Amino acid sequence: MSEAIVSLRNIDKRYVRGKQSVDVLQGLNLDIPKGDFVALMGPSGSGKTTLLNLIGGLDTPTAGEITVAGQRLDKLSSGGLSHWRANHVGFVFQFYNLMPMLTAQRNVELPLLLTKLSADKRKANAMAALTLVGIADRARHKPNELSGGQAQRVAIARALVADPMLLVCDEPTGDLDRKSADEVLHLLQILNRQHGKSIVMVTHDPKAAEFASRQLHMDKGSLLEAGAPA
Amino acid sequence: MLKQLIAVISMSLQTLPQRLGASSVIVIGIAGVVAVLVSVLAMGAGFKHTLADSGRADRVIILRGGSDAELSSSVTRTDIATISNAPGLAKDADGKALLSNELVTVVNVPKFDTGTDANVTMRGVGLKLTEVRPELKIVSGRMFRPAVRELIAGIGAAKQFRGLTVGSVLRLRSVDWTVTGIFSSNGDVHESELMADVDTVGSSIERTGYSSAVGLLSSATAFTAFKDSLTSDPTLTVDVQREQEYYAKQSEGLTKTINIVGTTVAVIMAIGAMFGALNTMYSAVAARGLEIATLRAIGFGAFPVLLGVMIESLLLSLLGGAIGASLAWLFFNGHTVSTLGAAFAQVVFQLTVTRSLLITGIVWACIIGLLGGFFPALRAARLPVAEALRAG
Repeated sequence: MSEAIVSLRNIDKRYVRGKQSVDVLQGLNLDIPKGDFVALMGPSGSGKTTLLNLIGGLDTPTAGEITVAGQRLDKLSSGGLSHWRANHVGFVFQFYNLMPMLTAQRNVELPLLLTKLSADKRKANAMAALTLVGIADRARHKPNELSGGQAQRVAIARALVADPMLLVCDEPTGDLDRKSADEVLHLLQILNRQHGKSIVMVTHDPKAAEFASRQLHMDKGSLLEAGAPA
Repeated sequence: MLKQLIAVISMSLQTLPQRLGASSVIVIGIAGVVAVLVSVLAMGAGFKHTLADSGRADRVIILRGGSDAELSSSVTRTDIATISNAPGLAKDADGKALLSNELVTVVNVPKFDTGTDANVTMRGVGLKLTEVRPELKIVSGRMFRPAVRELIAGIGAAKQFRGLTVGSVLRLRSVDWTVTGIFSSNGDVHESELMADVDTVGSSIERTGYSSAVGLLSSATAFTAFKDSLTSDPTLTVDVQREQEYYAKQSEGLTKTINIVGTTVAVIMAIGAMFGALNTMYSAVAARGLEIATLRAIGFGAFPVLLGVMIESLLLSLLGGAIGASLAWLFFNGHTVSTLGAAFAQVVFQLTVTRSLLITGIVWACIIGLLGGFFPALRAARLPVAEALRAG
């Protein structure tokens, strides 16, 4: 078995709101090998987005150890997590989360503002990422001038442009029609198989999950089973 | 870091048109504060400027010892004779000292705007008036003649009070006076006054002495010798001051009051504007919560986000400050008003919006903007990324 890019040990996550506390994840253990494409499935409230946020370094566990790309995330400060995210992970959101005032190309350039690349190099890399996702011809368009599928491709280009090892996708096809969804999923599959990107994707859609190499099912904060590769 | 900051600010500014209504609360609120602050302080600056301009380093005023104003001072004719022989006074071609023995009284003249009587200084002046005060120029009509009930009116007084036109007759203290001319005096306090022959004024109010003597020194450096000679003379009990110092003291109290009142009003308004800025920036942060969370998820640091929100607030405040300062300058700079001066007589002066007042207004705007932006910026920087992404 190849080296794990994600390793979680005895992860607890508890949310406290005033006097109420909710245990979302309890004693969770998980290993995701490098180069894997994992679909996380489960009913609403099962904890899959919380798990995704922990893997992506957007949140920290209440207890347990979480190691991603060789870095213990539970030991990092908020600033340390920001720096780590900038270098190791790309995010794809359900509603794309593009900056409405920026063109597609400028949106894709955003992660590169955290690097030392020159403006020309940033622009070239952004265009390369847009070309890779097949949407270079829409580089000068703003998000409101793009279809949902096109916007999600721009978001994937933004996630890819800094060349992270891991892509974290939260319902990436949740807002798309079937055809656009299949195109986006196919794109993710190419990125996984041809470009070696490790992908963790949360989805409710069984058809979307079929594009992954492995399916994990969650319920009430625990992993139920590990599906076989497609 | 700088690139992140520029990106955050650029995105903030590009979304401003979508938040135009809310953003204008900051701009208008701060414009109001700055306009009021600058206008009120312009009053103090104008008053101070008018009195500060009423003097030269080489001109002296001699009052009775212990008197702090001309109205409460009394100098005898014998005193005047002694003073005119003191060393250091400039002389005319005939060798006579350039000294104006002066008698100050207050007369009632109706104001243009209200029609009610106001106190106006009537200054009896000596024959050496134009030599002692070379800045005094007749701008219309002619100079009064001695021993005749004629007077000249300052250009400021002529604008504020009724009946001060060349040829008109004024009844002052039951005596008719003819206005023969209007004078200017470099915008100083004397432009608020009426001037006439000192002995004619004295006879009309039944006084034989004078209030003060104003002398022109041969040079500014002659002051100490001149003062020492008068204050060491056992036959005299007088205070000698440079004219500039005398008028600076006269303006001190009122200028201080105006500044305190102006600052107090501005502080109260500033607190209101600051809450407006707080509210607006909290709304802006809430409206941009998803954008901010996305940037943070991508890896943008908390500090650029904090600075970005503060700079947006600062820029809006600067705009408000610039508008407020411009309004104050446009509407009030040079606006003529009058108020009761230290001698219980009206002093006519122009509101003066100085460069330092404009800078003060802009600095206030920046402080309000920074304070109003700080807490929303802190909230933006501390936004829990995962929660904000979910809420978006």
